[in-house]
Amino acid sequence: MPIDLEVQSVTKTFGDFTAVEDVVFEVPQGQFFSILGPSGCGKTTLLRMIAGFTEPSRGKIAIRGADMAGVPPNRRPVNLIFQHLALFPMMTVAQNIAFGLQRRKENRSDIQRKVTRILERVDLPGFEDKTIDQLSGGQKQRVAIARCLVLEPAVLLLDEPLGALDLKLREQMKVELKKLQAQVGTTFVYITHDQSEALVMSDHVAVMNKGRFEQVDTPQNLYHQPRTAFVARFVGDNNAWSGVVRRCDGETVEIETAADQSFRTRITTPLEPGAPVELFLRPEAMIIQPDADLPNLNRFEVIVKSLLFDGANSRLLAHPINDETELLIALPQNRQFDHIRRDDRIEVAWDEQSGICFPAAG
Amino acid sequence: MIRSLPNSRRYLYSYKLYMGLYFTFLFAPLVVTCVLAFNDSQFPALPWKGFTLEWFTADLPHRVGIFHDRMNLESIWVSAQVAFFVTILSVTVGTCAAFLFEQEEFPFKPALYFLMLSPLVIPGVILGISILLFSNTLGLYCETRWGLDVPLFRPGFWLVVLGQFSFIATLVTLVVSARLRKFDRTLEEAALNLGANRFEAIWHITLKFLRPAIVGAAAVAFLMSFENFNTTLFLTGSETTLPINLYLQVRDGSTPVINAISFLLIVGTSLAAVANLYFSRKQE
Amino acid sequence: MPRRFHITLPLVCFLTPVLLWLVLMIVLPHVDLLRMSLRVEDIEGNVSWGFANYLNFFKEPIYWLTFVRTAVYSIMVTFMTFVVALPVAFYITKVAAPRFQGFLMMLLLMPFWVSELVRVYGWMILLRESGVINHFLTRLGILTQPIEMLYNDVTMVMGLVYTSMLFMAVPLVSVLESLDDSLIEAAYDLGANMGTILFRIVIPHAMPGIVSGSIVVFMLTLGNYLTPNLMGGKNSLWFTEQIYNQFIASFNWNQGSAFGFLLLVLSSLVIWVGLKLTRQKLSRVVQ
Repeated sequence: MPIDLEVQSVTKTFGDFTAVEDVVFEVPQGQFFSILGPSGCGKTTLLRMIAGFTEPSRGKIAIRGADMAGVPPNRRPVNLIFQHLALFPMMTVAQNIAFGLQRRKENRSDIQRKVTRILERVDLPGFEDKTIDQLSGGQKQRVAIARCLVLEPAVLLLDEPLGALDLKLREQMKVELKKLQAQVGTTFVYITHDQSEALVMSDHVAVMNKGRFEQVDTPQNLYHQPRTAFVARFVGDNNAWSGVVRRCDGETVEIETAADQSFRTRITTPLEPGAPVELFLRPEAMIIQPDADLPNLNRFEVIVKSLLFDGANSRLLAHPINDETELLIALPQNRQFDHIRRDDRIEVAWDEQSGICFPAAG
Repeated sequence: MIRSLPNSRRYLYSYKLYMGLYFTFLFAPLVVTCVLAFNDSQFPALPWKGFTLEWFTADLPHRVGIFHDRMNLESIWVSAQVAFFVTILSVTVGTCAAFLFEQEEFPFKPALYFLMLSPLVIPGVILGISILLFSNTLGLYCETRWGLDVPLFRPGFWLVVLGQFSFIATLVTLVVSARLRKFDRTLEEAALNLGANRFEAIWHITLKFLRPAIVGAAAVAFLMSFENFNTTLFLTGSETTLPINLYLQVRDGSTPVINAISFLLIVGTSLAAVANLYFSRKQE
Repeated sequence: MPRRFHITLPLVCFLTPVLLWLVLMIVLPHVDLLRMSLRVEDIEGNVSWGFANYLNFFKEPIYWLTFVRTAVYSIMVTFMTFVVALPVAFYITKVAAPRFQGFLMMLLLMPFWVSELVRVYGWMILLRESGVINHFLTRLGILTQPIEMLYNDVTMVMGLVYTSMLFMAVPLVSVLESLDDSLIEAAYDLGANMGTILFRIVIPHAMPGIVSGSIVVFMLTLGNYLTPNLMGGKNSLWFTEQIYNQFIASFNWNQGSAFGFLLLVLSSLVIWVGLKLTRQKLSRVVQ
């Protein structure tokens, strides 16, 4: 599959501050690629470099094999959906969409045809003469996308365009955007700080922190096999312990936590006894009241502090007997655990294969 | 193009050059005026004949500095008095108008609002002659009807005050209205709910909120009045304000005393501008 | 359905001073202006009413030529002020580093806190025959003999542009401040060049500011007396001078009133046409 976007060791510094450091990735044609990171991690700077608003300090950006160094934004085959969409309020929907085509000096009838077709494609047929302030949030979104897609860019960049929408609409637009991308087949590069947006829509996600890529992977792998502590913490919810390795046993180690609990867990990188580690565990990896004969479990008792009912996403908030560490425990809604009340003392356990362990940073 | 986009060096340099020329154009006459106030010459012109403070301090037969120039000092005093009364009047009425248009409902409100804005589009000269004519008409009427001579209706101090007030009040209204629009009326409602009457609520809550705007508007009103020429020209009597007095001197030939007065005005207003900026920053 | 309202004490307290102000200081004086302009007094002092003062205006070419000249020059000055001020406002809001913006704004405003008279006086001592510029030009040998740079139309127009600059620059700055940078970036991203961005994005967005700046500049220029009088000299032929002459020199108040009323009609008319052409409302524009 041909590569649409190629970023080679791109670095951007502002004075002493390094906003983007040695970032490398490739996006094959037709992929939905997300860059996920907290605010201030450098993802916007990276996006602006791809769009051409900022030049990288070092490194190379190539689009469909062509080096983009020195090419201004108005000549790059990429288009950007801005955070607040940046629809031109002084123009109608049709004028907004025609804007880029007119810049290419396309003839009038072609423009009209393309505008009509793209509006049908984004499910807004007949919206040509509406003004921007007559549109709903979701409609504005689609006009902004249409305005870029009509130019048939090699890569469409999206700068957190769902951020301004309310929750319900955001959920809906996530699905719609994914469908639209699959339908038009354009390569999307999407930046966001919302992990759910990234996980739901993307084929591949890059997790970015302090200007660097921590991990580039499929959403499934990011969730199940995070490669750094940051990714484990940032993608999805996790219970976290810090502790020290007591004993090594090939693929598994025994860890003593700060609160003197002892756990056995698998490891992916070799660790020496005495090494400080961070241990992560998904809430749904916790088993409530496990059968007594299940092997290889870390079993312990907790006291329930509260029940967080949220439909399929319900949790228990609990802490171990002699420890104040808060733990999140998934609460399956199969009515089996309806008897659990606040302050109950219950047994929980987790399989030693489901823990994720990293050497502690610093 | 804009700072967040890559710009060519040539674009930035030529833009900076343009800005440099613009500010030179803006400041050249002021700088020259100030510098020549200190030239030891009988005329406000080059060549430079040495530095002197005599145009401020001297009291000699051939050279009277501004500090001893009775006529100019008096006109400054007249201007200050006029500006004082204009400020008081226009701030009071302008604030009332702001409340009226922002918070009250009454018939013909749009028409009255339009009328309130009209001084913005009436040339000052026209305002001056209209008020002159009207006061003259009233004066004549009083005299023929009751044999009364009302000094207010003749060109002079109070007519100048009223004439300037008639358009400065509009500016005050606009400034105060803009601030009043940002006022959260639930605060006033809370005060009413706690037992205050409407005027107590306005006095304790709303006016406190409006204070920066009112102070700013008062400063602008004072300055506008102090410098007004067009409207004053037709309404002034024997006591002339500073701009009129200066105009007469400039028209008929000038001495560096005018530079000295200009210097004081420039320095004074600049200091006021900086102070105003400083205090409005601090308030934010 | 008529809107319901109650006469309340606060309404009365606010309405009374405002009505006094608007009726006594604005409405009645202008009614009187119109009335006086229709009053005709012959040499013996007999008073009649009619349009003689207006007919005089059209019969004397010097009157209506001055009138037309003032109107045309005012429109020209307004346009020139806009052309000079737009790049300045754009630089301050969009190009200059944010930390310099406050300083540049202060620099922009400062000269206008100083009386118009002082500024005009400054230009006079710069430009006149014995002025500073002539002094330097003759010293440098560019001129052999000083030339009079005051008292011509070019100088007068420059002076009027200078005087009005603030009233164009400030509304432009505030309207450009509200222009989201991402609109410019989006247009650039969609392939636009600088000209397209200027005419399709910046100017349409700035329209309310342009209109309000233009109205104020036009009105101030039309009604200006100082600058044409002192910088244009005897050749300035500005209509306000005609009014002044009728009132102060010839003491013909009725003729002066007719002139004043014509000037008022002209200024209202041009502003009304300007608002209609740009589809703006006066109450929106002043804010």
